Amino acid sequence: MTIQQAQTEIEEEFELFDDWMQKYEHLIELGKDLPQISEEHKDDEHLIKGCQSRVWLDARLENGRVRYSADGDALITKGIISLLVRSLDDQPAADIVEADLKFIDRIGLKEHLSPTRANGLLSMAKQMKFYALAFQAQNGDAYG
Amino acid sequence: MTADEVQELRKEFPILGEHVHGQPLIYLDNAASSQKPLQVIDAEAQYYRHSHSNVHRGVHQMSQRATEAFEQAREKTRVFLNARETAEIIFTKGCTDAINTVAHGFGQTLSKGDEVLISHLEHHSNIVPWQMACERSGATLKVIPMKTDGTLDWSEELLTEATRIVAVNHVSNALGTINPVERIIADAHAKGAQVLIDGAQSGPHMAIDVQALDADYYCISGHKVYGPTGIGVLYGKLDRLKELPPYQGGGDMIKEVRFEGTTYAEPPFKFEAGTPNIAGAVALGAAFDFMASVGTERIARHEESLRKLGEEALMEIDGLRIYGTAKNKASVISFLIGTNHPYDTGVLLDQMGIAIRTGHHCTQPIMDHYDIPGTARASFAAYNTEEEVLKFVDGVKRVAQMLQ
Ligand SMILES: Cc1ncc(COP(=O)(O)O)c(C=O)c1O
Repeated sequence: MTIQQAQTEIEEEFELFDDWMQKYEHLIELGKDLPQISEEHKDDEHLIKGCQSRVWLDARLENGRVRYSADGDALITKGIISLLVRSLDDQPAADIVEADLKFIDRIGLKEHLSPTRANGLLSMAKQMKFYALAFQAQNGDAYG
Repeated sequence: MTADEVQELRKEFPILGEHVHGQPLIYLDNAASSQKPLQVIDAEAQYYRHSHSNVHRGVHQMSQRATEAFEQAREKTRVFLNARETAEIIFTKGCTDAINTVAHGFGQTLSKGDEVLISHLEHHSNIVPWQMACERSGATLKVIPMKTDGTLDWSEELLTEATRIVAVNHVSNALGTINPVERIIADAHAKGAQVLIDGAQSGPHMAIDVQALDADYYCISGHKVYGPTGIGVLYGKLDRLKELPPYQGGGDMIKEVRFEGTTYAEPPFKFEAGTPNIAGAVALGAAFDFMASVGTERIARHEESLRKLGEEALMEIDGLRIYGTAKNKASVISFLIGTNHPYDTGVLLDQMGIAIRTGHHCTQPIMDHYDIPGTARASFAAYNTEEEVLKFVDGVKRVAQMLQ
């Protein structure tokens, strides 16, 4: 599945909900399936500072694809992270660097990625891309 | 206030008609900032439409009008705080700015061996300026401990011969505790220490009498007393203000400027360098008029009944804990639901149109005391209704279910 396909799938999934409560309940459920960052990586180095809720993110390269794991201490934050991970995980670094994340906007959760929200999610999205960029540089053109 | 009276009052606040996420706004973030009545909004516009120029020393009519409006606001503020003289009323940018004015000036009179006493319940605005003053002067910062119910563990033994100033809030913004400032002031004075009271949260909720309290300094925030942002008040006893070194230098605060040296103006002007927030002061005056017309005691009683209603109903929710259970409390309810993060509570309530605040409320030491990342906090104002409080409690119940 490409990033685009994964995002379309999420959008279709969210179209099923006609009220905000269902949407948020689903988001909370999704957060529970987040690929968990290992406990020893829940440290300052992996912490994304977002003032209110804390988010930890890790990434590694596996067969030329970026694999993410994460955690957060608020459920809604975790739900949004899981959407970002679902769209970018197991994809080539070059595609991640190029990816746009407007699907969050389209499913009506834009405010959570707003720079005025003190939840660290925007920095988190940036950090995901930053990891991809670093892997891309590391590997020269091999996977790019 | 009767339900009808509150409904009448609400008509004065245009913003209360707003909708968020398609729901009518229920605004319960008043401890962070209260909404503004028409009287205040109009006063600012009227000032700019009919009376604006720069204040003081102008010979023309507009400058006269601006000066009169500004000085009239000072007089209204004097009445609000029951200060002896208008010279004791300094307009600042806010409560933070007022505290910094004192901490900076007073800090210059501190030296190694001196002690500054603050409390565990302080807002960062009444911690950091004193830490800075202590760092610069070598003085020691000491802390009045808190008890788990959110009250201060006050004892006059905390005062020593070396205590130069005590800085505490009248009401805690995070927990709502009303602190025994009368006693702290009396004890401190008996030991020869001065006292600054951070009145950011008491201003909107109780009648303040700085003379009866005998506080040396008292600070309030305009935007929390139904006034505009960017304006606040520093009250200081005249003798104290005469001794206190000025904070910022510039126009308006001087008597004479020569390259060889400058002499300063008398208070309050000594502390009002530069063109002040004239429109803000004028609108703040209107906010005091508004509070007087509603009646401070009436506002306090109304908010007290809303808080009790909210607390009793919330306590019935399984796993809900209220932080700050002092007997003497102002209109704040800080809480957590089970092990849930307050951020989730805040986001879900927002979807229902209910505005509360979540986080550490600029009081990290309090959160550390409870070993929590923050709380969800609802806080009430004169225009909140019982119906809103009950809708809020219902909202919290729904949140508790969703987060289970
Ligand atoms: C207890 C307390 N002190 C100080 C402040 C800061 O006031 P201002 O916003 O006017 O600087 C606040 C506001 O949050 C407060 O609640």
